[in-house]
Amino acid sequence: MRVLIVGATSGIAKECARIWAGKTGSQVEFLLVGRNQKGLESVAADLRVRNPSSKVSTFSLDLADSARISLLETELGALGSPDIALIAQGELTDQELAQTSADALSKSVTVNATSVALFAELAARLMPNGGKIAVIGSVAGDRGRRANYAYGASKAFLHTYVRGMQHRFAGTKVLPIIVKPGPTATPMTTALAVSGKLAPADSVAREIVSGIAKGKKTIYAPGLWAVIMLVVRMIPSPIFNKLNF
Amino acid sequence: MRTSVSSFGRLSAENHNVLGASFESVTGGSNVLPRGLGSSYGDVCLNPGGTLLQTSGLNNLLAFDSEHGLLTVEAGVTLGEIQRIFAPKGWMLSVTPGTQFVTVGGAIGNDVHGKNHHARGTFGDNTLSFTLIRTTGEILHCSRTENSQLFHATIGGLGLTGLIASATIQLQPVAGAFLDTETLVFQNSSEFLALSDASEPHWQYVVSWIDCTSKNGRGIFMRGNNSADTRVPEVKLGGPKVPFTPPISLINRASVSAFNQAYFNLNRLRSGAAKTHYQPYFYPLDSVRNWNLAYGPHGFFQYQMVIPRTNGREVLDEVLGEIRKSGQGSFLAVLKTFGNQNGPGMLSFARPGITLALDFTNYAERSEKLFKRLDDVVLAAGGTLNPSKDARMSRQMFEQGFPGFGEFQNYRDRGISSAMSRRLMGW
Repeated sequence: MRVLIVGATSGIAKECARIWAGKTGSQVEFLLVGRNQKGLESVAADLRVRNPSSKVSTFSLDLADSARISLLETELGALGSPDIALIAQGELTDQELAQTSADALSKSVTVNATSVALFAELAARLMPNGGKIAVIGSVAGDRGRRANYAYGASKAFLHTYVRGMQHRFAGTKVLPIIVKPGPTATPMTTALAVSGKLAPADSVAREIVSGIAKGKKTIYAPGLWAVIMLVVRMIPSPIFNKLNF
Repeated sequence: MRTSVSSFGRLSAENHNVLGASFESVTGGSNVLPRGLGSSYGDVCLNPGGTLLQTSGLNNLLAFDSEHGLLTVEAGVTLGEIQRIFAPKGWMLSVTPGTQFVTVGGAIGNDVHGKNHHARGTFGDNTLSFTLIRTTGEILHCSRTENSQLFHATIGGLGLTGLIASATIQLQPVAGAFLDTETLVFQNSSEFLALSDASEPHWQYVVSWIDCTSKNGRGIFMRGNNSADTRVPEVKLGGPKVPFTPPISLINRASVSAFNQAYFNLNRLRSGAAKTHYQPYFYPLDSVRNWNLAYGPHGFFQYQMVIPRTNGREVLDEVLGEIRKSGQGSFLAVLKTFGNQNGPGMLSFARPGITLALDFTNYAERSEKLFKRLDDVVLAAGGTLNPSKDARMSRQMFEQGFPGFGEFQNYRDRGISSAMSRRLMGW
């Protein structure tokens, strides 16, 4: 099995990689892409210690630079078609800052939406014979909330983008998947994680890995969020706007 | 981001600025404190008004020498993770405390010990080297031969010398995940000491539970060795959970007395030889999630003492007498003898003697009154308390029990302090 992971140092991506590496009898080849070479090397070392038979290569670059991305595509293309691609890069957005700063807002959109979409497209081109492309969105993309709608809007973009890719690849062996984790304890959410109220990254990752294996089109993780967000989306605006969450 | 943080004893909940630990967040830091999983009971892992550098993101395994059992990990890797991953490869931790929800950085910083102190020493004794990041931006590789003073200051150094970024530790070879165990009953502290002396040469793991509500200090003696059984069944965490904080402590005079009676008799019936998985043997309490909530909204103290072996029996009886008199029983009363070596750190708690750890519901002044009496007994015997568990000992008691303190202060990181360091060390 060959797995391409973009944003490989992200908490959720790392836990997914560990599960794939730990599958008994598996010989996984990992192609890890990220911004920070040192961080990627630590993740690669981790996967090799867990499963000494896994093969890991790392590629570091600016994830929003289309010229660099196209060079990477040639490099990755020579290594063979991935069976699974996980596109996981992202960062929290300072909501208040994004309301007044074009730089902050466009950076959020670039990192959380544009770059992710570009890599989902790249992954699709690397899979002429089919494969699964899991894109990490968020429950925050299902309905805008005052606390984080700048971040949520980028994640909503990914939802629609992946739906579009699903439409485009319908009837082929390429399956784009939108993943919507609930609040998860990762380095991105350190401060909240201390309070113990967030889902542990490893259990979120288990649901993602099993959802990908089953070929689900949408994966909520933990699964309960599918029900919660169904309800949240249906709350009429006059009521929703009075809620404080 | 500011957030309310408590330690495991839940004696306080104050606002902290919490950041992920990294070279960038350590460098230039002032009033910061590295923090692992916060499983310490007292205030060693708290820094109210200041910054906590959370190591949970530093959780990569970096290298493993499968010939010699040398494992290099980032500091936020947990002990439970190491056991789970390496038991199937034929290796386990050389030393583990009574919970697996502890990071490698925390285990070094508190120089934790386990049931096999007499055989393997402390966690620090099995630490070969580590990388320390200071708030000055220095990155120092420390071992017994390189920056050795800082190495000995950092082991048991309560997080005050810098951020441990990664460490290399010695694992021990095992056949599988099981232990051959034996459970015995003792009726008083002399019997406990005789059993300890007889068992230590032959058993790697020795620990006892003592019924501190009983008249003579009866208890259950548990000893074990790694089994030759090669099976490594998958570990399933889960089990019961304390769902919320009850309005009053569930651990009170009546419940402790009933529990101790039942626990003693149950184990008396079950006594004898058995084969036990490492999970229930090393980490019995980890099977009840959030058990610390059972102590109610005001939390609880752990009081862990070490007293010299000489007159150990008399001192132990005196301690148990004081506890009985106070009516504040403890059902988690863990008793064991340390081996004959001092811990490797300037502030290591482990030292030759007998250690007794007791959990008490926080009854404010009533608790403090009991602790003061226990302090007197411990001090008179030439003993001290474990800072990793402490939330209230006096500065004088600390200085008396840790003669390496003066030297230790020279190796502290100026940008780091904790609630405990301000309480016991002045800054």
